[in-house]
Amino acid sequence: MTDLVSSEVTTAAGSGKRFQARSNRRYLFLGVIGVILTASILVDMTTGPGNLTVDTVIETILDSQAHGVPMEVIVWDIRLPIALMAILIGAMLGAAGAQMQTILNNPLADPFTLGISSAASFGAAVAIVFKINLIPIAGPFLVTANAFVLALSTSFVIYAFTFLRGVTSETMVLVGIALMFTFAALLSLLEYRATQVQLSQIVFWMMGSLSRASWTKIGACLAILAVTMPLFVWRMWSLTALRMGDDKAASLGVNVKRIRVEMLIAISLLASTAVAFVGTVAFVGLVGPHIARMVVGEDQRFFLPFSMLASALIMSVTSIVSKTITPGIIYPIGIITSLIGIPFFVSLILATRRANWR
Amino acid sequence: MSLSVQGLTFAYAKGRPVLHDIHVDIDPDDRLIALIGPNAAGKSTLFRCIAGMLSPAAGTVFLDDRDLATSGRREWSNRICYMPQSTASTAALTVFDVILIARKHLHGWRIATGDIETTEALLARLGIEHLADAYVGDLSGGQQQMVSIAQALVRNPDIFLLDEPTSALDLKNQLEIMSVIRAATIEREITTIVALHDLNLAARFADRFILLREGRVVETGAPAEILRSETVEETYGVKLELFDSADGSLVVSAQL
Repeated sequence: MTDLVSSEVTTAAGSGKRFQARSNRRYLFLGVIGVILTASILVDMTTGPGNLTVDTVIETILDSQAHGVPMEVIVWDIRLPIALMAILIGAMLGAAGAQMQTILNNPLADPFTLGISSAASFGAAVAIVFKINLIPIAGPFLVTANAFVLALSTSFVIYAFTFLRGVTSETMVLVGIALMFTFAALLSLLEYRATQVQLSQIVFWMMGSLSRASWTKIGACLAILAVTMPLFVWRMWSLTALRMGDDKAASLGVNVKRIRVEMLIAISLLASTAVAFVGTVAFVGLVGPHIARMVVGEDQRFFLPFSMLASALIMSVTSIVSKTITPGIIYPIGIITSLIGIPFFVSLILATRRANWR
Repeated sequence: MSLSVQGLTFAYAKGRPVLHDIHVDIDPDDRLIALIGPNAAGKSTLFRCIAGMLSPAAGTVFLDDRDLATSGRREWSNRICYMPQSTASTAALTVFDVILIARKHLHGWRIATGDIETTEALLARLGIEHLADAYVGDLSGGQQQMVSIAQALVRNPDIFLLDEPTSALDLKNQLEIMSVIRAATIEREITTIVALHDLNLAARFADRFILLREGRVVETGAPAEILRSETVEETYGVKLELFDSADGSLVVSAQL
């Protein structure tokens, strides 16, 4: 047994104790990022014209009349919806990205790389250029509704492929990439036909913005999370098992096909809603789960919540940065997420060099 | 636990059947059985059918009196444990995590203390406790194989199906893995069926052979009996020479 017994980690405590210690440490990490996120939300709410202090913000949240009506309007109608929308969208994209990477067994899978965002952009452009409403009752939410319909249909096209025989997760990723390019081309076609005004509207929509936040949208995001989270928790161990490969998971009694379909439906809802509300926000759904993997590993008990919190934090910090680069101007978040997310991500990879996806 | 495969026929989609009318009876006293046969004979497919991962076109599998066709997938997978050929996982999961997952019944959030204790005891029993905190992606081939075996044993199966556990391992690791499998099988009084390409290993460790050829069971019996038959030479398309080694096991030498 010498070869099998020789190398790697050994410590005095039993492996069960070490497992529990590791779990406790990971709960602590979740707590820490939760605290940082809360701080970030408060900073986000104080950032911007008006020089609000943290005290004023907290007091107005606790008692809306504490600092008069103007402050109530700023905090409750503008700052709080934007700050909450940022973290909710982050959490949704983080959850969608984490589970996409899990079920497709691919580190590059996220709503952006699989064409869901491109489809949403195309849907929005159709609404802007042709004023075609894909949901008749959508009314003022024309652009959002169209983006949602297209994003959801794209997810279902990818989902439909899972029913074909011999379709592997690699095929699904390829189909997603093909869809992404198709919608990008269709979008260019529309942009080519659009007027100057329409073109700027499309471009602005695509850059992603939190300024469209509202309490109704926050309610919708919470509702989608409330529907999808119980499923993720219920399937937590099966999802973790899936990371050992389809065959291994199936041998442990996981119905691989069914779980993939269930997850795709949940992911579609999360990603489509997020993209429809704030436009294209690249890389959040990709980077959040990668950070989670580096910090807490892929045990879904920690991987999923950490992915969501990390993505929420990225969005929240993005919201702060978008307001502070040039005072008085709010830059589109889509630009910021890529600009700050990518260097941060690359530095993390270089710092840790954990080859989790060899 | 007796396992009985009755008239099992299986085909992928509408293609030619991969398994034809398979009959196999395994007594509770059977311990280590080697499933041998050339590539594409249907060994893995047979395992998957027995494990309930594939639905046969005809025939069925009985475990004592329980019929696979009317049993729940989860219950079946706990009694008959199939370990596929090991594929390297890149997951950021530790050895302890993946063995615990195999033990968990894959529902809910909580982990029972008993599950943690069982996992810990098994790691110690297999002599791989020092690997508990290592990521599975960082393990060597032999270590990954040990972890696979641990994942199966932690479920306390009645029947253990192992697909090529020694492929891609060096000589020493092959012997070590097979010794562990044999010891665990005897200790737990379970039946293990191992698909093996290496007839020497099969002859050394198995009590009984099942020879599969083009989806049919062509011979079953004691290793020496099967290896001396002409069928095995026809099946593999080679000439076999047999020697007795110093420790009494059969040594097989093959020539074209």
